[in-house]
Amino acid sequence: MTIPQQIITVAMIVLGTMLTRFLPFLVFRSDKPTPKYIQYLGKVLPAAVFGLLVIYCLKNVSIFSGSHGLPELIAILVVIGLHLWRKQMLLSIAGGTICYMMLVQLVFK
Amino acid sequence: MANETAQPSGKGGAKSKALKAAFPYTIPIMTGFLFLGFTYGVQMNVNGFSFVYPMLMSMTIFAGSMEFVAVGLLLQKFDPINAFFLTMIINARHLFYGISMLDKYRHTGLKKYYLIFGLCDESFSINYTAQIPADVDDGWFMFFVTLLNQLYWVTGSTLGGILGSLFPFNTDGLDFVMTAMFVVIFLNQWMQEKNHVSSILGLVLPTICLVIFKADHFIIPSMIALLVALTLLRKPLEKKEAAI
Repeated sequence: MTIPQQIITVAMIVLGTMLTRFLPFLVFRSDKPTPKYIQYLGKVLPAAVFGLLVIYCLKNVSIFSGSHGLPELIAILVVIGLHLWRKQMLLSIAGGTICYMMLVQLVFK
Repeated sequence: MANETAQPSGKGGAKSKALKAAFPYTIPIMTGFLFLGFTYGVQMNVNGFSFVYPMLMSMTIFAGSMEFVAVGLLLQKFDPINAFFLTMIINARHLFYGISMLDKYRHTGLKKYYLIFGLCDESFSINYTAQIPADVDDGWFMFFVTLLNQLYWVTGSTLGGILGSLFPFNTDGLDFVMTAMFVVIFLNQWMQEKNHVSSILGLVLPTICLVIFKADHFIIPSMIALLVALTLLRKPLEKKEAAI
């Protein structure tokens, strides 16, 4: 690719990304009341999206080969345990991540 | 809600207060973004691009997974239309974030444009769930969360682009920091909500779609499945909400 072609490619990626971010705000303008159905979606979607994001992070884990997803499972249980115990966001995240790094570097090599 | 125009004495104070309140929420993202941004910068570097590329792309695109895909796109034959549609598909989940943030971003003035521009997975998750203290301005809090996150990402990818693959210690598994963060955010939402229907659907339907459509193609089917399920469940879910 030449440099102008690279610039155009990146510009298209920027445009595509910005469309997905701005579209809801352009369609449902703040000077008009948002339709009830969209308000409902705005309330129930986030919980579902957080679940989707967890699955998204785990999408390349293979249960039937390699370490069978065990390091991920154990580390997530550690995150949940720490979080239910202390409710300290940073502690739960750091604890789970350190646990996972030790598992993949030392145990499931 | 704090309103900056109502506090003539503390305009700068409102900003620094919001920055102080926002920073702790972004610490896990700092770790994740410096690391993931770095690996992205390294990818660009080993494929022969100057650090200027990852730096400018992180400033303008600011969508992590898409930037990794962009490395491949820049190495292939020139096809801007394909790049555009691929981007729309990979980033379609942002539509859900926008719908969820319509209200929260409504009264943020000019900051709104930057908040929407920087609406990545992580900024959305923090800004939607954070318990912003009453004396902190919501708009500035969300602005700093978004800005700090982007600074981490741009810094990480620029450093990766400069240093290439010369990284001294074993970072295998460090990317789990993002998974851990989303698990915690999911848990926080779970503990706050009155019923768990939407949370459970959010885990179950994407898992089913992942099995059927595989890792590279499951996001759009998951979004459609969630939309359909939540639309069908609207009556009972709204009734439950109203009953409490």
